[in-house]
Amino acid sequence: MTNHETATRPVVEMTGISIEFPGVKALDQVDFRLFPGEVHALMGENGAGKSTLIKALTGVYGIDAGEILVSGTPHRFSGPGEAQDAGVATVYQEVNLCDNLSVAENIMLGHEPRRLGAINWRATRREAARHLSTMGLDIDPSSSLGSHSIAVQQLVAISRAMVVDAKVLILDEPTSSLDADEVAQLFAVVRRLRNDGVAILFVSHFIEQVYEISDRMTVLRNGRLVGEHLVSEMGRLELVSTMIGRSMEVLEDLHVRTDHAVDPTDGAAPFIQTVGLGRKGSVQPFDLEVYPGEVVGLAGLLGSGRTEVARLLSGADRADTGTTRVKDAPTRLRNPRAAIAEGIAFSSEDRKLEGVVGDLTVRENMVLGLQAGRGWMRRVPAKQVDEIVDRYMTALNIRPANPDALLRNLSGGNQQKVLLARWLATAPELFILDEPTRGIDVGAKAEIQKLVADLAAKGMAVVFISAELEEVLRLSHRIAVMRDREKVAEITNSEDVGVDDVVELIASGGGR
Amino acid sequence: MSPTTGTRSRTDYSGGLSRVVRHPLFWPLVALAVLLLANTVYSPDFLAISVLDGHLFGAPIDILRNSAPLLLVALGMTLVIATRGIDLSVGATVAIAGAVSLSFIASSPNPGAVSTVLVAMGIALLLCLFLGVWNGLLVSVVGIQPIIATLILMTAGRGIAMLITEGQITTVTSAPFKTLGSGFWLGLPVAALVALGVYALVAALTRRTALGMLVESVGINPSASRLAGVKARTIVWTVFALSGLFSGLAGLILASNVMAADANNAGLFIELDAILAVVIGGTSLQGGKFSLSGTLVGVFIITTLTLTVTIVGVSPLVTPLFKAVVVIAVTLLQSPVVREKLAARSRRRAARPEEVAA
Repeated sequence: MTNHETATRPVVEMTGISIEFPGVKALDQVDFRLFPGEVHALMGENGAGKSTLIKALTGVYGIDAGEILVSGTPHRFSGPGEAQDAGVATVYQEVNLCDNLSVAENIMLGHEPRRLGAINWRATRREAARHLSTMGLDIDPSSSLGSHSIAVQQLVAISRAMVVDAKVLILDEPTSSLDADEVAQLFAVVRRLRNDGVAILFVSHFIEQVYEISDRMTVLRNGRLVGEHLVSEMGRLELVSTMIGRSMEVLEDLHVRTDHAVDPTDGAAPFIQTVGLGRKGSVQPFDLEVYPGEVVGLAGLLGSGRTEVARLLSGADRADTGTTRVKDAPTRLRNPRAAIAEGIAFSSEDRKLEGVVGDLTVRENMVLGLQAGRGWMRRVPAKQVDEIVDRYMTALNIRPANPDALLRNLSGGNQQKVLLARWLATAPELFILDEPTRGIDVGAKAEIQKLVADLAAKGMAVVFISAELEEVLRLSHRIAVMRDREKVAEITNSEDVGVDDVVELIASGGGR
Repeated sequence: MSPTTGTRSRTDYSGGLSRVVRHPLFWPLVALAVLLLANTVYSPDFLAISVLDGHLFGAPIDILRNSAPLLLVALGMTLVIATRGIDLSVGATVAIAGAVSLSFIASSPNPGAVSTVLVAMGIALLLCLFLGVWNGLLVSVVGIQPIIATLILMTAGRGIAMLITEGQITTVTSAPFKTLGSGFWLGLPVAALVALGVYALVAALTRRTALGMLVESVGINPSASRLAGVKARTIVWTVFALSGLFSGLAGLILASNVMAADANNAGLFIELDAILAVVIGGTSLQGGKFSLSGTLVGVFIITTLTLTVTIVGVSPLVTPLFKAVVVIAVTLLQSPVVREKLAARSRRRAARPEEVAA
């Protein structure tokens, strides 16, 4: 099906690409080739140079050395528009479309059929509908884009890319906010495009998905090319150790598991207890208890209500029914401040929008939570700030170890660690972590998992949310299962509980 | 000199120079220096300062004094802009402060008494603080967009000032009040000392406490700040209140300068000059990072520019155009795109000799 090694010429051939930013060699002599009719995965940790390579190809960054051939002719695009004209289209992780425009307008923007200089709207909608049907999408082209799920928006973004008859389609983390069904839908489209001869460059942190969809992979590390492999010839363990450049030691750490023999609920009082807590249009009333030293996992599909539970527990959203008791005293968590005052910390799933204060330094970001609690008049003493910064820089292995760097210049995994430090500095008694490991590399992921297990072992109550059930199982003492914005089951975790059991609970809705 | 040392000293020089050039205040300071230089070309003793009656006199002193009201308004504006806001009502507040204080002094039995003047200033400042609190309420509690919320007071404010002065241009004679705008202390204009004092106070307030960081945090990412427990509402409210208070003080200085309350013309378009000064100083209108020293330089540039127009003899007809050209030049030099282009050019130029050497 995809025997690209036969006489086909690569549609993209990059040789000896180097890009240097002030003080950093982002890409160093990297070669890369992409054949028509293949799905090619670009693999590497955060900061390995994946995004930089894509941006070099699409002309977002100028290259300092090397050569880029597209369909055999040398190109140096000055921007994504020019790359698109040459048949190289990109769909980014965050859907870069306009929510308030219609689906048809989004797909055809800039390519609308015209009559006498005016846009022919009927033809525009017809064209859009044609592109949607080739994607297998049956939606109304005149509906507004914002009314559709992220997955559909993602497919609309791909439709938009195909309007220009792209020969090369770059998918940068397209699945990070999709659930399993939506991923399947996306992959069906990707396969169809591949069979039509489109070359697809796929970037994802989900290793299983890479194995499911890709034919070949290129691995980068620290801005250098490590190797190009057929996916069928590369084992998962081998891939991971190639990516991180360390062998098994970190992978050993991946097997951190909380000690299920200890039962924190035994004879102790819960740190937090909710009875019938709910919010209209957000999540059905639920009962939940979290004990000191306990990790409670929330399992469920995207949109099942797991994030909404976290937002009610942390005061990010206000509950309209039910009661909350913190340390056995009735409490109303009216806003994040009230929750923080009770010792509750909440790390949001939306790192960029609700966590990172990009133009402040790492140091300022770390003390922000503590400082906010003290009010603006009483500044956190410089000595205490230094202590916090020193402690968490080392404990969380934050790179670069420069507290004066602006947070937006750090990679996703390191930004996440700084945000964790911000919350740990407030010495919380309950830490609610919503998708703390999403979109970050294997090494950082293992470190964060280990941190969660350690914190619980030291007596902190933790609520842990992740789309990866393995991770939830590995860390949780108890698991609350969410479905359709409702808590449907709660199980005590043990060695005998497997992913399949949890999946079954989600599927069956806890027997309801 | 041996070739090696020559090369090394050259690189050192260019490294240090590029650091200076990249400093955010470099181009504003260059613009200010060029303006001052242009003035000395037209009138060679422009920078000369003479002593008369124990006071300092000269164009630089004039610039200092004329800058005072604009600096006060621009300080408040800097903080408001840093929280992603804008305050269009400062001009109206200036007019109200002048109207209230002068009307009070005019109607008092003893206009020349220090106590009368102090009470008048106190009332005016309190009222302006209240106006700032009103703006802050509309923005942070009611949730009206800053440009609309302050537009209300911008238009209504001059009406209020008219009501207070009953449509007249109130003039008074009061020696203590005149001191604020035209007096000298230790040889320097009182107005400049007051404004610089407030500048120092605000700088200390924002950088010695955590106010500056929290203001920036709210301006950069409001949602993240809220989740981190920052009292965004209080912060936004505070900066609008300060902006009202500082505008009131500016209004007192302007009124004391002319000793007349002109509800229609006092502080007219000062909001635009203040916004310009903030932008020239390198604070982005998108909020976030702010620079008080940048604003200070920006204010000096605008005041010097106004003075230049008269000294160089630019026709009043083209004065706005002349101002616009200077402002465009400074903002262009600060724009990231232009800087990037300039940096790329100098990098290429620096790279070429190395290639030859290699």
